[in-house]
Amino acid sequence: MTAKWMSVAEIKQKIGESSAEEVTADYLEAIKKSKINGYVTVSDRALEKSKEIDSEGHKGPLAGVPIAIKDNISVQGLPNSCGSRMLENYVPPFNAHVIEKLIEAGAVILGKTNMDEFAMGSSTESSYFGPVLNPWDLERVPGGSSGGSAAVVAAGEAPFALGSDTGGSIRCPASFCGVVGLKPTYGAVSRYGAVAYANSLEQIGPLANNVEDIAVLMDVIAGHDARDSTSVPEEKTDYQAALKDDIKGLKIGVPKEYFGEGISPGVEKAVWDAIHHCEALGASWEEVSMPHTKYALASYYIIAMSEASSNLARFDGTRYGFREAGETWHSLISKTRAEGFGDEVKRRILIGTYALSAGYHDKYYLKALKVRTLVKQDFEKALSKVDVLMAPTMPNPAFKVGEKIEDPLALYLSDVNTVPINLAGVPSMSVPCGFTDGLPVGLQIIGKPFDEPTLLRTAYTFEQNTDYHSRRPPEVA
Amino acid sequence: MITKEDVEHIGWLARIEISEQEKAEYMEKLNSVLDYFGQLDEVATEDVSPTYHVIDLHNVFREDVAAESLPQEKVLANTENKQEGAFKVPRIG
Repeated sequence: MTAKWMSVAEIKQKIGESSAEEVTADYLEAIKKSKINGYVTVSDRALEKSKEIDSEGHKGPLAGVPIAIKDNISVQGLPNSCGSRMLENYVPPFNAHVIEKLIEAGAVILGKTNMDEFAMGSSTESSYFGPVLNPWDLERVPGGSSGGSAAVVAAGEAPFALGSDTGGSIRCPASFCGVVGLKPTYGAVSRYGAVAYANSLEQIGPLANNVEDIAVLMDVIAGHDARDSTSVPEEKTDYQAALKDDIKGLKIGVPKEYFGEGISPGVEKAVWDAIHHCEALGASWEEVSMPHTKYALASYYIIAMSEASSNLARFDGTRYGFREAGETWHSLISKTRAEGFGDEVKRRILIGTYALSAGYHDKYYLKALKVRTLVKQDFEKALSKVDVLMAPTMPNPAFKVGEKIEDPLALYLSDVNTVPINLAGVPSMSVPCGFTDGLPVGLQIIGKPFDEPTLLRTAYTFEQNTDYHSRRPPEVA
Repeated sequence: MITKEDVEHIGWLARIEISEQEKAEYMEKLNSVLDYFGQLDEVATEDVSPTYHVIDLHNVFREDVAAESLPQEKVLANTENKQEGAFKVPRIG
């Protein structure tokens, strides 16, 4: 029996009975038959690595378990393109902190997954390497920006994956592809070795076919790292210990602003059904109000673009990446960036540059930071009364390839329910909670800072009592 | 409302060359996004302090001791443009 779509526990059992090599070969076979363009690079070392792990006797909690990595997280020796022509041929000389942890745990890296260019997008259509297709409907987007990571997990081309989430980039594709995704609390997972887009907002996090595998991965990657100055020195959390089928007495807040105009009726119904299901399992819910939600999107995009304009200044054709010829220093850099970046990346750098420029800094950037304070206070207030918040991850199911890419603002508006979470830095999960017209719907569960255990317990209980997570996309079966 | 000259100026600041044809397109798309950002003017923020960062960490220091760093050839491995162990760029100025 092939390892495709097995849980990590099942994979470990299969490795014990046969070999890590056989499991890795199963996934490489599934990748070879792929219809979704989920990987930018498939590692030519994966099989060899699995054989080494077999000969070493399966040491480590993930010994021989394959994993896919978003292409903005540095793996030594594998290209790290960030979905961009700019870094098409860039090979990092070092490993990200999370990759060091995965290698220590014995994981086998299958390859690097496709993404929106520099993680800027919600559809994975802005990748220089072409769009990823949604395994549930090959005419639709997988969401983004970690669209490759979500789609390969949904399609059985990796048991789980790492993504990054700046404004929804793990949760959006998890929702569109019918998998589980977690954006950890800001500071819970080291960003050392992740290519920065908007560093006050983003976190690396896991995507998987079930909640248990999310916890398994968090136990490996989370924890303090001195090389990331925003890594928070917390006590070590035991994420797997949180997996209990029990939400009796749990208090759920339902923020009415997250069910605003434009929400698809199918999504609204699936999410309310999920909330009522939790009620039947012993939780209670009440409506809460988060009045600054409508301003979160503008605040988020101003901050993200401003930070991007600074972070992406390093791509100048000098030390790595694409380089266009130029007579002078200025013309070399300007031509390099004009040719090396795609349209959306250039738009965001230009707007961010404008928002930080003399005369506009206070109107845009400083104003956005103040609104961020108000958004954060909304969360503090709501989460002082309840244990978790529940809302739709995305207001709509996956849209068609090409439907929104020409209108940047329309695409930004689809992030309305995910970006406030990054402004506040709180943890949030997307969990499959139903289908509308054959497309998956994600339930978003939001928690207090560093209270991932309550999120995991809630998600696990919901999953143990439903079967949405075990359905597989027919087109890639 | 940003003008064609603004687009040229921002392009210069951001070190991104913009063609004549692109200028009109950027003007339109950038203005539509900036219009949307204008809604923040509705929010009263006189007494609100800005949040640059959500976590309560300040001045994260480490011991001032030299640690291992990447060897020079590895650092230079991602470019063709190098000379005598340094990155090579056109004359500045």
